Amino acid sequence: MFSWTTFGDSFIPLLWAARFTVLVSGLGILLGLVIGALICAAALSPMKPLRLFAALWVSFLRGVPLLVQLLLVYFLLPVIGINVPALVAAVVTVAICASAYISEIWRGAINALPRGQTEAAKAIGMAPLPQWTRIILPQAVTMSLPALINELILLVKASSLVSVVGIMEITRASQAQAATTFRPLEVYLAAACIYLAINLCLAGVGRWLEHRMAV
Amino acid sequence: MVRASSVEIRKVNKFYGPFHALKDIDMSIEPGKVTCLIGPSGSGKSTLLRCVNFLEEYNSGEILIDGELIGYETAGGKKMSSRRLREMRRTIGMVFQQFNLWPHMTALQNVAEGLIRVRGMARAEAETRAADALEKVGLGDRMGNHPSRLSGGQQQRVAIARAIAMEPRLMLFDEPTSALDPELVGEVLTVMKALAAEGMTMVVVTHEMGFAAHVADQVAFMEQGELVAVDAPANILHHPEDPRIQSFLRTYHERNSF
Repeated sequence: MFSWTTFGDSFIPLLWAARFTVLVSGLGILLGLVIGALICAAALSPMKPLRLFAALWVSFLRGVPLLVQLLLVYFLLPVIGINVPALVAAVVTVAICASAYISEIWRGAINALPRGQTEAAKAIGMAPLPQWTRIILPQAVTMSLPALINELILLVKASSLVSVVGIMEITRASQAQAATTFRPLEVYLAAACIYLAINLCLAGVGRWLEHRMAV
Repeated sequence: MVRASSVEIRKVNKFYGPFHALKDIDMSIEPGKVTCLIGPSGSGKSTLLRCVNFLEEYNSGEILIDGELIGYETAGGKKMSSRRLREMRRTIGMVFQQFNLWPHMTALQNVAEGLIRVRGMARAEAETRAADALEKVGLGDRMGNHPSRLSGGQQQRVAIARAIAMEPRLMLFDEPTSALDPELVGEVLTVMKALAAEGMTMVVVTHEMGFAAHVADQVAFMEQGELVAVDAPANILHHPEDPRIQSFLRTYHERNSF
């Protein structure tokens, strides 16, 4: 029999654990946006070494599973004498992994802008900086929004992987909860509801932003 | 009357890899005169036009705007600083075939943007001047519209307003009516005629032979990267001597008759 009581009771510890899910994916995407912007700038730079660096960055981080990256960072850092809390290691790894995807999203959006957009700016004598801040980026950011929200949702789900380095986020908490209650179905269903709620909220915010920024 | 620039094109060559796109082009454009560039597509008209404000780099020869070389410090020398190039471009307006309006800005913002970011004008002053420019092209009632809410003809008129608000001394038009539905061509040509009547130096790449015949002071015919002839409109359009021009006009007339 399905136990509604266990199902309901599971929400309390799982919602408490959700703070780590939100923290890891939230900080991960924020940091990922910053690093992603830098990598994107490198990828579009006229300097070849920078472009090469960006290409290596993207292909390595996209080519190795996040789980493996987390384990690598977790076990590598102490070896090279860096001792950071597991949470910091997890956030940084998630951010770095996300930056690879985000930089490609932005590079794609920028390259998709018709060349005439910047030519019109050049033709009136506009300097490069306002060309970027006033013409290119506002359009590229709007265009990349659906893909960025997609990436954020993927990240929320991928954050379950940080449980391997001992962070008690939703997935890890539900494993523990299932083990103590012997009611895995109720507990995992509660976990699914929480993930779904978070991601529906994100999708909603994304749609609202798209609507607001649409021209 | 506007202050109008002269343009002097001397022995200009342009290559795309092995392709010789412009071959020893020589042409003089006097201040306040309208020059139409005509010829089959792929003949180098747009390329030549884009060399005049150095959106396209020419490989040899020189292009002088009011006697000043554009793009290079000395003929055949190294490129001029990008700051200097920007300064020169401020006095040269350009209108594109695809309008190239910024879609995330209203008509007013499209016109005011350059005044604010390039001329360093305060927003209020820039918007007043942008509004004047839009009035001038007959779009005083469309200032708050984004480009997607405007017809092609209206978009192109906003693009012209964006260029003239910067008070250029030379205007370059790259097939300004080619992307328009036939019934919208007239409104753009009317604005261009008014501009010509004010004494603006204009270089116009066009397939509108009527405009070339009635408004141009000189018509230049190009084919395969060569400047075949530059002459008064009547001599090119009505009494052409060169067989290449005759054949081009024959095709043109055949296509436009029914």
